[in-house]
Amino acid sequence: MSKKTSATDVQSDTATGKSGYAGAPVNSSLSADQKIGLYRLMVRIRRFEERSLRAYQAKKIGGFLHLYIGQEAVAVGCCSLMGANDHVITAYRDHGHAIAVGMELNPLMAELYGKITGCSKGKGGSMHFFDPARNYWGGHGIVGGQVPLGTGLAYGLKYKGLKGACMTFMGDGAVNQGAVHEAYNLAALWDLPVIFVIENNGYSMGTSQARSSAGELAKRAEGYGMAWGTCDGHDLYEVRAVMAKFLERAHNESKPAVVEVRTYRYRGHSVADPDNTYRAKAEIEEYRKTKDPIEVFQNILLGEKVLDAALIEKIDSEARAESDVSADFAEASPFPTTADLQKDVYWEADYPSQRKSEGRLFFN
Amino acid sequence: MPVIQYREAIRLALAEELTRDQNVVVLGEEVAQFHGAYKVTEGLLEKFGPKRIVDTPISEAGFIGMGIGASMLGIRPVMELMFWSFYSVAFDQILNNAANVRYMSGGQIHCPIVIRGPANGGTNVGATHSHTPENVLANHPGVKVVVPSTPYDAKGLLKSAIRDNDPVFFLENTVLYGDKGEVPSDDYVIPLGKADVKREGKDLTIVTYGRPVIQSLAAANILQQEHNISVEIVDLRSIRPLDMDTVLASVRKTHRVLIVEEQKPFCGVGAQISYMIQNEAFDELDAPIERLCTIDAPAIYSPPVETEQLPNPQRILKAVVEMLD
Repeated sequence: MSKKTSATDVQSDTATGKSGYAGAPVNSSLSADQKIGLYRLMVRIRRFEERSLRAYQAKKIGGFLHLYIGQEAVAVGCCSLMGANDHVITAYRDHGHAIAVGMELNPLMAELYGKITGCSKGKGGSMHFFDPARNYWGGHGIVGGQVPLGTGLAYGLKYKGLKGACMTFMGDGAVNQGAVHEAYNLAALWDLPVIFVIENNGYSMGTSQARSSAGELAKRAEGYGMAWGTCDGHDLYEVRAVMAKFLERAHNESKPAVVEVRTYRYRGHSVADPDNTYRAKAEIEEYRKTKDPIEVFQNILLGEKVLDAALIEKIDSEARAESDVSADFAEASPFPTTADLQKDVYWEADYPSQRKSEGRLFFN
Repeated sequence: MPVIQYREAIRLALAEELTRDQNVVVLGEEVAQFHGAYKVTEGLLEKFGPKRIVDTPISEAGFIGMGIGASMLGIRPVMELMFWSFYSVAFDQILNNAANVRYMSGGQIHCPIVIRGPANGGTNVGATHSHTPENVLANHPGVKVVVPSTPYDAKGLLKSAIRDNDPVFFLENTVLYGDKGEVPSDDYVIPLGKADVKREGKDLTIVTYGRPVIQSLAAANILQQEHNISVEIVDLRSIRPLDMDTVLASVRKTHRVLIVEEQKPFCGVGAQISYMIQNEAFDELDAPIERLCTIDAPAIYSPPVETEQLPNPQRILKAVVEMLD
């Protein structure tokens, strides 16, 4: 049976600091310290990315840099629900999820700088952050390519009899990739505990949803008999309340679902995108003024008397300082050497004493 | 020693590894209820049950990608492609995800997956179903590529492949599935990356792998009997890793090399091996290295002409005679 979980019966006025989801058990059970912790995570993501943008503009970072600014409540909301056997995989806009699962800023910034102290030893870059010890499986560059992998992580959990789920994130552009639909079918066919999270920021690169995707994105789940839901992604409480229901269902019934989270990015697709052809500045400003996820949660927590101006300032200055420290760390770290090029290619080459094969693995 | 078919040898390897390691699971199109499109997996569902032997939809990108994800979590999937030709619809999963994830994660993740199935021409199924992608696959650092020619090799190599912690692509051959050979029933393995001299000789070395090994052996018998030419045959068995020591030792012995491959010539496996032989044993060569490949066109349907497009004993025999003329 397909089923849509609707959020429309809940009254929120997030611009003035009211979330209709504050009373959801998953939120009302949070301690003040836990709420502050979630707020701090969002601020750290924002300040880290702003610092990384300055480093990019100073030509310290190469390649692409896809910023998550504006979407922070999605990763923090979802990842804050993770239990020991819950896993996360995402696409190339992956900094927010990395910080949300608990990765430190130093190895992340060092990865952007292409340094050996980076989380992937400077071999992956911005699009390829990984931390399997924290159940974080990347960081993948090809649109939709990570979705079968996330389905496989869920398959692995079910095969091993573990009560967990894999939150498999993708952007709104990914929903038109064939691999995504193949993964939907497998997940539904085999009742795999995977939640496909569409972070719909409205644009697949420079093409709006209206110009790229027919129909309602999450509703496509119905074709596969999967449950689906939508929620607003600027309200951390709403993200947590909606995702918690699907996670619980995945844990208890091993059922997949598709959840479309409406969100927005303030920056271009990547920093190489001049962002002057496909949307109006006023649209960005309007979102920033009324739905900025950090300000929304700040207002909620001010209303709850969990935050005050001094603590807000302290958290912000600490996050800025931590980001600066990460940039200093990255700057001071060495680059990998050409001798590192052929490490981490083959498991067997990295563990030569356990090698069982013979012959040449490399050809120069 | 039991004499069994190539397909039965593969089945034995699967059954033994399924028994040995609970994390081994066989997935693919028609592998369970249907008993395998080529009957390789016949009887495995009955023996191991539906959790271990899993029919997938026709959805290669989806199920191969799913297997890769599961392998990152410690499952050891053995995925069957009904034809390796279908790798093209799963290319991103196989060669972006499986091949690169270890590197891009700085060595934090490994991917112990086996993808196996037939990759050959010669069955009149036209160009879409006759691809031999070992050169394309082996072009990607991070993967291993194995092409067994005999039942004995197929069993021992597949068992090694399943125990390997890197992604291994195992290319079989529908024409060989019915071939019989001696296969021990004990738990033996053949290391990947170890070539095998299938025939000793002194006048010329044929470097080859897969079905052309069998064809070269047939040609070598005629060459010995009718032309008094003694051919040595080196079966690479594994393309990556590659056993150049055995190849070079044979070159030092015969000083003449013919590379036979069921591949199109351009950037084929033989091109790489030719380069390495001339680079490392130039002074040992008494003649230019020759290559005998599939004739450079998409695989033709027309049955008698396809036989001529592919390597065959007559083409091999002619090439050797011309080299020694």
